[in-house]
Amino acid sequence: MTADMLSQDLSLLIPELVLAGGALALLMLGVFLREDKASGLIQWLTIGLLVAAGLAALFLVSGEGTAFNDSFVFDSLARFSKTAIALVAAIAMLLAMPYLKTENLGKIEYPVLVALAVTGMVMMVSANDLIAMYMGIELQSLALYVLAAFNRDSLRASEAGLKYFVLGALSSGLLLYGASLVYGFAGSTGFYDIALAVESGSNVGLTVGLVFVICGLAFKVSAAPFHMWTPDVYEGAPTPVTAFFATAPKFAAIVLLARVLMEPFGAVVDQWRDVIWMIAVLSMGVGAFGALTQQNIKRLMAYSSIGNMGYALVAVAAASQTGLWALLVFMSLYMVGVIGSFAGILSMRTREGMVEQVSDLAGLAQRNPGLGWSMTALMFSIGGLPFMVGFFGKFFVVYAAVQADMMILAVLAVLFSVVGAAYYLRIVKVIWFDSSDIEFVPSAVSTYWVARIAGLATILLLPVLGWLVFRAYSVGLSLL
Amino acid sequence: MFGEFEAFLSILTFVPALGALVIAIFRFTARNEDQGLIDRNSRWVAWLATMVTFGMSILLLANFDTEATGFQFVHEVTWLEQIGLGYRMGVDGLSVLFVVLTAFLMPICIMASGAIKARVADYMIAFLLLETMVIGVFCALDLVVFYIFFEGGLIPMFIIIGVWGGQNRVYAAFKFFLYTLLGSVLMLVAMIAMFLQAGTTDVTVLLETEFARDAQMWMWLAFFASFAVKMPMWPVHTWLPDAHVQAPTAGSVILAGVLLKLGGYGFLRFSLPMFPEASDYFAPMVFVLSIIAIIYTSLVAFRQTDIKKLIAYSSVAHMGFVTMGLFAMNETGVQGALYQMISHGFISGALFLCVGVIYDRMHTREIAFYGGLVHRMPVFAAIFGLFAMANVGLPGTSGFVGEIMTMVGAFQVSWWIATGAAVGVILSAMYMLTVYRDVVFGEITNPKLENITDLNRMEWLIFVPLVIGTLVLGVFSTLITDVTATAVNHLISNYDAALAASAQ
Repeated sequence: MTADMLSQDLSLLIPELVLAGGALALLMLGVFLREDKASGLIQWLTIGLLVAAGLAALFLVSGEGTAFNDSFVFDSLARFSKTAIALVAAIAMLLAMPYLKTENLGKIEYPVLVALAVTGMVMMVSANDLIAMYMGIELQSLALYVLAAFNRDSLRASEAGLKYFVLGALSSGLLLYGASLVYGFAGSTGFYDIALAVESGSNVGLTVGLVFVICGLAFKVSAAPFHMWTPDVYEGAPTPVTAFFATAPKFAAIVLLARVLMEPFGAVVDQWRDVIWMIAVLSMGVGAFGALTQQNIKRLMAYSSIGNMGYALVAVAAASQTGLWALLVFMSLYMVGVIGSFAGILSMRTREGMVEQVSDLAGLAQRNPGLGWSMTALMFSIGGLPFMVGFFGKFFVVYAAVQADMMILAVLAVLFSVVGAAYYLRIVKVIWFDSSDIEFVPSAVSTYWVARIAGLATILLLPVLGWLVFRAYSVGLSLL
Repeated sequence: MFGEFEAFLSILTFVPALGALVIAIFRFTARNEDQGLIDRNSRWVAWLATMVTFGMSILLLANFDTEATGFQFVHEVTWLEQIGLGYRMGVDGLSVLFVVLTAFLMPICIMASGAIKARVADYMIAFLLLETMVIGVFCALDLVVFYIFFEGGLIPMFIIIGVWGGQNRVYAAFKFFLYTLLGSVLMLVAMIAMFLQAGTTDVTVLLETEFARDAQMWMWLAFFASFAVKMPMWPVHTWLPDAHVQAPTAGSVILAGVLLKLGGYGFLRFSLPMFPEASDYFAPMVFVLSIIAIIYTSLVAFRQTDIKKLIAYSSVAHMGFVTMGLFAMNETGVQGALYQMISHGFISGALFLCVGVIYDRMHTREIAFYGGLVHRMPVFAAIFGLFAMANVGLPGTSGFVGEIMTMVGAFQVSWWIATGAAVGVILSAMYMLTVYRDVVFGEITNPKLENITDLNRMEWLIFVPLVIGTLVLGVFSTLITDVTATAVNHLISNYDAALAASAQ
């Protein structure tokens, strides 16, 4: 390989290089500085790093193509996803800073682990080879396991970390087993070669391998029936970590799943569509009914995320250009809602410390109107109710399903959204109809503004929705 | 004169939202000790915004060309054009009067909210948003924009019922929201199917599109699920009594006066012109449901002990006349249905305001609690009497015109239907006169009523326009029929042509 080719390959990897190099540099910086001085600085530098990586993916990488013998691909899907992942991770990091400070968790490892996890994610969305895929997944997972248990003195956080690790390892095993079967029957780990093998006639080995790969990835997106870990991990992990879990890794995993299904296995869509169909319906159902009785708002958000991943899978099941751009629009709008909601949850701090029961939100619209209104708008947006922007995410997903002639799935999706509306309404009810004398202490400036801006965005994004749809739309056109 | 000014309709729609924004800005930036000030002033901002909207709606009506078919004041903005969605607004003869009705009732609602003392600013914001949503529904010329306005109205109404409602308000708010949402999501799927078939969500294009018979059946049922719940038709009417009884007075006025018309308007705008074959096929079912609604809910109304619940059930019965007239699909029937909807907006709104008057004084709606009010409240007795009579359909009031026209229209289809509806008229006289006698006449037996006072100046202001409206529309029926005639004739001729084409 000549130096020329190498630099050409590397030019596609600018975001990864920025992140990986930056994370290592920050780690060194942290080791050599005194901890109390270093943590704030490194947190800010990490945010800068993430924003830089996101902007690099958006603007700096000029061409599109593959690198390293087609094992890594940078296309418009990767560009869109990397930008979204890095930016939402930066906001999640921003939300974490005041929390880490007050909870005495301000260790230098936190921002570095976030940066490493994001490195894994941006690799996942560019994976064009089973090994590259596995590498990306494991890089993000290992960092996330540690983050889940970051508050190591808390029993629940340790439990969350352990649970996540054990079940995550199991799913990685399933994924690897599936990948090895696919490799064995296709004769290659590269997605292009697998696609050729699949097109030339499918066989049982490939199908079984694919099913295992789907199972492993479904675990990562926390789709039912592989969702068991989600509520416990969401509840146990420190809240900013949960905010991070609920956004960037989900985006990366669902995009990876879409890529694996639509590119190497695009030819056998009839074989995997039923599987995804089933997982989507189960997820929507588990999410909708599971959340109804939750008292802890983080657990509730966990079920909400299971349900919403069900909708994302509806778009994947459509297996079309429409499905792909609908998926991207849906996930982007969903992440706006989720990151805003978690900013709201992080504002739930009384003099005694953090509270996280739904009932603690009682009367929020009166005692803290800004936050109360924002949370209301965000809940309606995540629930996909008009006139909030989240409606369009669900609308396009259902649109993709109807276009792919999956009427039953579309009807089930909208019906489950009604069940889902019940628990989002319950939060709105607590915020508006109930009253209490709990007083929240003023939240940090960053948390304050993220919650409010996200709340406003649920309406202000409406006029500029065309831009987002246009970006996602061109992604849908350029692929497949 | 406003025909050239494209954005007129959009401005009209969003003026209330602008008012809400103004209140919200002050609400969020003011210090805590100034919130009382904000509350007081928010009433005026809300009143001003609704009055400006009303004035604009009068201008709209004055500049409306009643001879022209098709949509007027059309305003289009490109939005999500890659996939064929757009922001499109416009009115025709079927919708313009509903815009005026909404804009007319809203300032009255604001004035009737004097009893609201807590969280006034939030209340006004919710009402103004609701007005924007409702007017938007009547103006939207795009399926998705229509759906957003149609469902968006649920959110402020949910808050209005839940925060300022009565004892059982949480249950009522949830029931209202989830019931109507469940009906509407199926419509959304049908809308997407139409979108995919026509390639656009533009209503003007969809009106020209012919859908296959089988597709029409499914789409009609999906739309029916939504509109029947909104209407509400028997047997999916059960959310209405709860929502009405628990909502604050102004909320009930808007629910009965405007929100119930969304279903009827939906039938006129979508079901009948876009799915003519399915409408024809399902018309007998609608007739049966309408007659059941008219007779059964009238009987239920007769047995109520709560005045508001009684009026709520009477609303269901009156909406039965509307569906009956609509699906008769002849000129008299459809005109009558439109007339009935407008007139019911006045009458039921006024009746809920009457209940509000005595509820504000005595804090109970039990019929048994009252009696002999005429001795203490003669003016109230006269006004309540007028609207009770209008609700029965006494000639000279607007209620008569609507009922008789829908019945004549239905008679042309089948005299059985008209007979069933006529029974309903008798029953409505039965329950309405009974409640009027029990509340107003007789001797005062309840000592608490000894000091009840007659209407105050604000209540006079509220009732005078409604009284005038009801009486004027009862005599000069051409005020409405002239505006709607062209659009109704156009609708019916297209409908008949489509049926004739399919019969071949």
